[in-house]
Amino acid sequence: MLLLLALGIGVLAGCGTWLLLRARSFDAILGLTLLSYAVNLFIFAMGRVKVDAVPIVRKGVTSTLAHTADPLPQALVLTAIVISFALTAVLLGIALRAHQQSGNDQVDGRG
Amino acid sequence: MNHLLVVPIVLPLLAGALLLLLEKAGGRWAQRARPLALVSAALLLLCALGLMVQADGGAVQSYLLGNWRAPWGIALALDRSTALLLVLTALLGLAALLDACAGEDRRGAHFHALLQFQLMGVNGAFLTADLFNLFVFFEVLLAASYGLLLHGASRERVQAALHYVVFNLVGSALFLIAISLLYALAGTLNLADLALKLAQLPAQDLALAQAAGLMLAVVFAIKAALLPLYFWLPATYAAAPAAVACLFAILTKVGVYALLRVGTLLFGVGQGSMAGLLEPLPWLGLATLLLAAVGALAADGLRRLVAYLVVASAGTLLVGVGLGSAAALTATLFYLVNSSLVAGAWFLLAERIAWARGGDDRLVPARLQQGWVGYGLAFFVAAVAVAGVPPLAGFMGKALLLQAAGALPHAGWWVGGVLVSSLMILVALARAGSRLFWEPGEARGMRLPPAAPGQTLALSGLLLAVLACAVFARPLGRYAEQAAGQLLDRAAYVQAVLGSEPVAPVFDVRKEMRERGDSK
Repeated sequence: MLLLLALGIGVLAGCGTWLLLRARSFDAILGLTLLSYAVNLFIFAMGRVKVDAVPIVRKGVTSTLAHTADPLPQALVLTAIVISFALTAVLLGIALRAHQQSGNDQVDGRG
Repeated sequence: MNHLLVVPIVLPLLAGALLLLLEKAGGRWAQRARPLALVSAALLLLCALGLMVQADGGAVQSYLLGNWRAPWGIALALDRSTALLLVLTALLGLAALLDACAGEDRRGAHFHALLQFQLMGVNGAFLTADLFNLFVFFEVLLAASYGLLLHGASRERVQAALHYVVFNLVGSALFLIAISLLYALAGTLNLADLALKLAQLPAQDLALAQAAGLMLAVVFAIKAALLPLYFWLPATYAAAPAAVACLFAILTKVGVYALLRVGTLLFGVGQGSMAGLLEPLPWLGLATLLLAAVGALAADGLRRLVAYLVVASAGTLLVGVGLGSAAALTATLFYLVNSSLVAGAWFLLAERIAWARGGDDRLVPARLQQGWVGYGLAFFVAAVAVAGVPPLAGFMGKALLLQAAGALPHAGWWVGGVLVSSLMILVALARAGSRLFWEPGEARGMRLPPAAPGQTLALSGLLLAVLACAVFARPLGRYAEQAAGQLLDRAAYVQAVLGSEPVAPVFDVRKEMRERGDSK
């Protein structure tokens, strides 16, 4: 499962980077979205991947990382998701305006 | 706990929120936006000055948000360098606001609220002692800067903003990867705690920690405009409205400060695991400086020239940060004050000169329709201050840096590079000045009204502050020296942040629950 997760993150990050390097703003935005997916999964995985472990202290279970999942990366990933989502929306707005003004979708406005 | 520490974050947040409501209410209420924004900026300046006086007492202060003990909750920390940057931010914020109140703020929506949020983000980035919190404040200041950059969106602004946003979003992605890697290795994000944990890292994790550290350095270098990563800056700053560009002068300093803070805490000398990570920094800084000087020589417009001056000053600062000795850090902090103030003044001045020439800032002959003496004098003072020519503080900062570099290996390179770039910048400025003020030309464009009192006040205030840096060079130098000493004293910072005690609760809920027997 770890290998699958690592490969997934790698493929997302790779596709994101490739799209980012293209000169069209739509592609760049898609690339950024994929990149942020990869980053979010990465943050999540950095709390160690565990099966059947909840990030809650329970009665009768010693509250160490051997028995529970680490709650902090999950909190971090939530923050990161909100921020990247909001800023992607801003970027979409800017790209739309640029498209209206220049009549094409090239990032430098010359097509 | 000293609650004044959190005011530079909370005050602009509340003011910004209130400004949004005022603008929404419209009519008579919207008229009160300007006074409110000005009052908030002035209070912020007073608060920053108060914090500076407190920080000059010598102890690092820390503030536990939500009263959680340090590695568990988020802490703020204040030392001399933080307080210095808070004062600079407040000064530039006030100047930008005064300038914008002449009419720029009415060109688009939400100018005042965005400006307050920008101030909040910058102040938070300076104050925080937590890596993830630093990321959040970076995003706050970036999100506000996107809005400000787009203010009164012209075509070049939208285009510049697109590049700026994409570039910074990639930077944020890198930042998150670095943060989560460091968390996975050390299990903490508090800077003081990280400094301790990274020092005891097992050998097999070293490579990963160094990779994370370098990624952090890259992210801060994007903000600080280091060589391969500065290409976004000239276009962005040249396209931004003058008042906004004046405030943006502090944004590169956020990157420099973050490098300084993280560099001394996490990659500090004597810290086996990460030492040597910043070794290429002074070389890249030097290359940035030289290329920025070439850019200044090649610039065809005054705003673009000024933007390259900002890159050059960032390069100088990064040389100082990278050299890392106490003397070099003293020089960096001293030079930082002068360079931020003068960069802000330059953006305002470039706008005024373009205005006086009928809206044209290209370096071609054209008649200056107003303020020949005033703008000429301001140009002269600002040029002397930014090029590092005696008698102003820019010279003293560079002299301090050269002195510090002279004692280190490869001294010839640093001294030579800084001097050559200064000469190139001087030539670029002399050429621009003679073109703008001495070459006769026809009147172009339309005749525009003279500067509003607020704009004159903002510009002359910043220039007076630049002059004051030279007049009060001795106390400022003393302050910078002590601030550098404090930055290098990791133990004091760690002790202040981790040793900070939460306030005893007035009403202890947990105790009462225990007594009642509710506790499980």
